[in-house]
Amino acid sequence: MRYHRPMTFEDAAGLAAAASGVTRYLAGGTDVLVQMRAGMVQPDDLIDLKAIPGASDITRTEDGGWRIGVAVSGAQLGAHEAFRADWPGVVEGLELVGSTQIQGRATLTGNLCNGSPAADSVPGLVAAGATVEITGTGGTRSVAVQEIPTGPGKTSLKPGEVISAILLPPRGEHAGDAYLRFIPRTEMDIAVVGCAVSLRLDGDTVSEARVVLGAVAPTVMLVPEAAEAIIGTTLDEAALEALASAASAACNPIDDKRGTKVFRIEVAGVLAKRAARIALTRAKGA
Amino acid sequence: MKKTHVTTKVNGDTVEFLADPRASLLDCLRDDLGLTGSKEGCGTGDCGACSVTLDGTLVCSCLVLGVEVEGREIGTIEGMADGQELHPLQRKFIEHAALQCGFCTPGFLVAAKVLLEQNPDPTETEVRYWLAGNLCRCTGYDKIVRAVMDAAAEMRQEAA
Ligand code: FES
Ligand code: FES
Repeated sequence: MRYHRPMTFEDAAGLAAAASGVTRYLAGGTDVLVQMRAGMVQPDDLIDLKAIPGASDITRTEDGGWRIGVAVSGAQLGAHEAFRADWPGVVEGLELVGSTQIQGRATLTGNLCNGSPAADSVPGLVAAGATVEITGTGGTRSVAVQEIPTGPGKTSLKPGEVISAILLPPRGEHAGDAYLRFIPRTEMDIAVVGCAVSLRLDGDTVSEARVVLGAVAPTVMLVPEAAEAIIGTTLDEAALEALASAASAACNPIDDKRGTKVFRIEVAGVLAKRAARIALTRAKGA
Repeated sequence: MKKTHVTTKVNGDTVEFLADPRASLLDCLRDDLGLTGSKEGCGTGDCGACSVTLDGTLVCSCLVLGVEVEGREIGTIEGMADGQELHPLQRKFIEHAALQCGFCTPGFLVAAKVLLEQNPDPTETEVRYWLAGNLCRCTGYDKIVRAVMDAAAEMRQEAA
């Protein structure tokens, strides 16, 4: 295995494009090193992105949004008060991944590129309307976060492409988000169902919303019908029931030892209601 | 396989070693530097027995490559006592009998030390969540949690 430490994303993409064998990018390493250890992946070229300037930075963009470097850890994101104030749902999603030790290394980009349908930090990003900047040998392009995972363990990134940052839009006024997951214990587990809600209020009425489910389909899933169920309402009981039904109806989960299909479908509705209530409270500034 | 020369700081001392690019920091600490306090319970980030600090952040050394630590600062269990003088956490672990086989202990101590640096007055719940990534097959955790709470109390009094 060759270990590379490029200083630019263009060089990282170039290394990947020129490589003929198995290539992996390394940021936090909490998935890649485990896969290497288990013998699931034996990279010929391992490209460490952490020396690239900006890779470990959280910066406010000119439009008032955020640019999150690909090597920013959960511990770093959680300690950033201004970011947390804007996007608490994104932070709580990443913070649910693994232990304190894992938080010292795990990244948003890594969680996204690992391609797990149960990735805890991805629903919050999709609800936030986040995009990723992708650098290839021919330049950069940007795509919505939900376009990246295409199935369990698979992404739409082409060989010779690398995610160079995650971009969040400006939060704006009277808005809030939240992420909740169900696990059968209190800590250190993988989501059986996850749900993120981001919404904006105009007075007491929900004017914008995005509802996203995790672990109930082959990829994290944006559910526009669930958002429509609450837009234009004050999130009264009827709206919450409509939200829950729409969320449950969108599920296409697997049945496994961690949760049955029926259970996951039911819980998706319950979590959607609870996450929406928390997002509403945050939007009201409480 | 071509080895890479790595220069880094461990417990304040500059050290050098030759790392196979696939070797974990844990392997480099134990096999190349002879620092065998950090343990390998799983090698996959699940047990916390290999806990160290990397530039002050708590990490699993089994999930860091040796070649990644060029120019960084690492803290291990070997740097915890001050010469013959045990760290309050180490003393309290002994007083409370918070260890049996001791395999998990270095990881718990390193992790607990970082917690108390960030939060000198943690609640029991905070201690339990912080240490959720450290597994122990012997003690049932209760004595560990009590030892950490007691050490925190003692350290606060000293600071005051
Ligand atoms: S040996 Fe590193 S977490 Fe178990
Ligand atoms: S004392 Fe034996 S594993 Fe903890």
